[in-house]
Amino acid sequence: MADGADPTPGALLDAPVHEQACALRAGAVTARALAEATLARVRAQEPALHAYITLTPELALAAAEAADQRLRRGDAAPLTGIPIAVKDLLSTCDAETTAGSAMLRGFRPIVDCTVVARLRAAGAVMVGKANLDEFAMGSSTEYSAYGSTRNPWDLERVPGGSSGGSAATVAAGGVPLALGTDTGGSIRQPAALCGILGLKPTYGRVSRFGVIAFASSLEQVGPFARDAEDLGLLLGAIAGHDPLDATTAPLPVPDYTADLARGIEGLRVGVPRELLGEGLEPGVREAVEAALAQLAALGARIDRDVSLPSVGASLPVYYLIAPSEASANLARYDGVKYGYSAHDGPGMWDDMEQTRDRGFGDEVKRRIMIGTYALSAGYYDAYYLKAQKVRTLIRREFEAALATHDLLLTPTTPGVAFRLGEKLGDPLAMYLSDLFTLPVNIAGLPAASIPCGFAEGLPVGMQLIGRAFEESTILRAAHAYATVTDWHLRRPGAVAAAAMPS
Amino acid sequence: MAATGTGTGYEAVIGLEVHAQLRTRSKMFCSCSAAYFDAPPNSHVCAVCFGMPGMLPVINSRAVDATILAGLALGSTIPPRSKFDRKNYPYPDLMKGYQISQYDEPLCVGGGLDIEVDGVPHHVRLERIHLEEDTARLLHRNAPHGEAYSLLDVNRSGVPLMEVVSAPDMRSAAQAVAYLRKLRLTLRYIDVSDADMEKGSFRCDANVSLRPLGAERLGAKVEIKNMNSFRAVQRAIEFEIERQGALLDAGARVDQETRGYIDATGATVSQRSKEEAHDYRYFPEPDLPPLTISTERVARLRAQLPELPDARRVRFERQYGLAPADARLLTEARAQADGYEEAVALALTAVGGAPAGVDAAHATARAVAHWFTGDVARLLHGEGGERALADTRLSPAHIAELATLVERGAITLTTGKEVLELAFASGERPAAIVEARGLGQLRDEVEIDRVARAVIAAQAKAVADYRGGKPSALQFLVGQLMRELKGRADATAAAEVFRRHLDGLPP
Repeated sequence: MADGADPTPGALLDAPVHEQACALRAGAVTARALAEATLARVRAQEPALHAYITLTPELALAAAEAADQRLRRGDAAPLTGIPIAVKDLLSTCDAETTAGSAMLRGFRPIVDCTVVARLRAAGAVMVGKANLDEFAMGSSTEYSAYGSTRNPWDLERVPGGSSGGSAATVAAGGVPLALGTDTGGSIRQPAALCGILGLKPTYGRVSRFGVIAFASSLEQVGPFARDAEDLGLLLGAIAGHDPLDATTAPLPVPDYTADLARGIEGLRVGVPRELLGEGLEPGVREAVEAALAQLAALGARIDRDVSLPSVGASLPVYYLIAPSEASANLARYDGVKYGYSAHDGPGMWDDMEQTRDRGFGDEVKRRIMIGTYALSAGYYDAYYLKAQKVRTLIRREFEAALATHDLLLTPTTPGVAFRLGEKLGDPLAMYLSDLFTLPVNIAGLPAASIPCGFAEGLPVGMQLIGRAFEESTILRAAHAYATVTDWHLRRPGAVAAAAMPS
Repeated sequence: MAATGTGTGYEAVIGLEVHAQLRTRSKMFCSCSAAYFDAPPNSHVCAVCFGMPGMLPVINSRAVDATILAGLALGSTIPPRSKFDRKNYPYPDLMKGYQISQYDEPLCVGGGLDIEVDGVPHHVRLERIHLEEDTARLLHRNAPHGEAYSLLDVNRSGVPLMEVVSAPDMRSAAQAVAYLRKLRLTLRYIDVSDADMEKGSFRCDANVSLRPLGAERLGAKVEIKNMNSFRAVQRAIEFEIERQGALLDAGARVDQETRGYIDATGATVSQRSKEEAHDYRYFPEPDLPPLTISTERVARLRAQLPELPDARRVRFERQYGLAPADARLLTEARAQADGYEEAVALALTAVGGAPAGVDAAHATARAVAHWFTGDVARLLHGEGGERALADTRLSPAHIAELATLVERGAITLTTGKEVLELAFASGERPAAIVEARGLGQLRDEVEIDRVARAVIAAQAKAVADYRGGKPSALQFLVGQLMRELKGRADATAAAEVFRRHLDGLPP
């Protein structure tokens, strides 16, 4: 927002976070007023969009009032008073946390996850728990036990997933920031399909404590935003070592916004040929090619002679490792301790079986069965162990490619947002929409999806992959790209139209 | 070693898996107190050990240290890298649906224990020692009208457990029990576990198979569970050897299975066949990075190791001139051995600074040892169960003082025993008791002679027996005199008085 622009809460809703923060600090608007305006818009959008499982207006207003006190005291952090949506996979002790599953309907955790605790400490204002595929297993948010979220660009299409609710509400202008989780593309793919930015941090950059586990060795919490600076602000607020998560790296957290404007002159950008080949929709290819040209014009050195020979094995590797871990992570839902519990059977084992049969959806059961099979005696070596070996291979190939390049660039998804129901009957087709994002989780590297154009009137995203713990480079490139393009500024009209009183 | 009474042509092959709870303050993967015993149900529970969604384990490094310490005490190798794995099986007492354990990279590898049965030494090798978490406890109840239900106590969930896996190196139930006793002793010495079978902090599963004498190949292995005492282990293994021997004698096959021991009958019963065995689907725990165990850490722990029972026993024999049996008894608990050494040091000082020589010092040390292994042990193991010296009013100083009083001749041995009882009851110092009660040794020869003559007059039959060639009658007469004098006379001197009277004078 330029100086002199309209500081009313309504107008601020479409401004980036760093501008909202300025207005809050200047006293031009209160956090409470901003929260009220945000809630009003989110509520108006919900019937068409269904981005949330739970809205938390009382909590939001209380947090906003606390933020106003901080703002008045002058000890506000960058996110103090900023509205945010949180994927409903993240434990919140004052709001239901369902993981999108009937198994956890009404479940109230007894502790906050670390990232939410950090956001609270920063004074952010959580407006609700965003919809997702059940236990983050899916790529369309259609596997939620609480109904599908719609894509704000076309309400007949999916927003992507599993963090579809988070992406949709940010894209629709409901909130400027949201948290998602990314196990195989669950932040980047919906970010691409909804036309916003989404970043999966390096494995170990952000705490997983309190994040309901799907595949522990692959997933990370990460931010959604409408520009690179906001993405960096939110990443900086949640990143860092956590004594409660032994897999977090004890590394300092840089200021992710400090370096943004440095430009990308001389930046070496590799384009792995395996990830820009067949199976790509033409419109996506065109958009990504145009983006490569623009990056080159900004001074980046584009290298198309990059190969990741084993990356083609990513899908099978992912669909062995992730379900294996999931089969153990989801074993605790037996109806004995919390969540859904069937007890109409003749005995304990029947009740446990019925609990799991009724509490889990089909996709979750499918993955539990695949994982259980892959880990079974006699199959472990052929499946799980072999997948781990190929994982090491893929990781090494990425490391080698990134030894001579600062970033790797691929399309985020092979195509644009698909229609609701289009891939529901075909799990493999659904899995293929994460073809370009899965390898990055396997390698544990940071990557973001950046809006880079439109095809068939729907957003296209490009994926920037960085070296481990070098999220700053990705953000710098995204920022530079945004100085010469306006894709990130385009806003969908579908929700606003649907939300209009008829 | 022939193993069975039924068929004598078999050799039993026994391996033991022992789970020992570690005496850490907090649990294995969270900061809850690990002291669950006797705690109100579900009072030591948090989101982590309750297995709430999204919770993550953080390794208790004290538990890792304790396990390495055990490995060092048992001669294991400590690999530089170790990792945790998930062991998957569904059960309501397993809060996460998997147990965090160690599969193929345990903290300790190899090692062994020297045991002895009937004076025959035997070495039992260890396969490994690994670290894992305990489960919650299910308490099975019946409602007033008979409906069965179960209660869940999560206090024990996540308590650190060390599993010590032996090689199949034992050949008899007696060896198995000797191994367990030695393992318990060692773990208690290094203070990593209470190792109390009754309290469940020391649990044992036994793998038992039989093979024809001289055969190399192992027979079908039967795992026995649910043995809650050393006696149960002994009986269960003996039963199993009999059972398998009878099967083989009859030309039948021994099935590989899991059997439970029933204490009331002393028998084992089938619990789970090989086909029903769990597939635990182990895989590396993704929530915990592999552990790197530095040589510095191992060296620091090695330096913490106390003198171990075998070394201490040998030193006791050499330094204090003790008989092997006494040295063994005294070193059977670290606190007792410490108490003994403290008492010896005090006694040697009391007897007069540096003693006259090695023999004199050994005599003092032996005298103290006899108090410890005799009357003191009897008091400690008396009514009220087993107690340690520290749990009573007696201290090593009491025992040193008592031994000194007797050695100096200030009181008789008989009086000493009485003084010990009084000190045990009141905590008073032996010298004070002797002083207050006038128990000092009677040296008045006229008085002793007078009482001796009275005894002779009153005990005509014993006198006649003695004169008729029964020397044991003399002991009886001395006993009568002692009773009269409340044990304050010197027994040898009293016997001499009787001999003088009875041998010298005609009837």
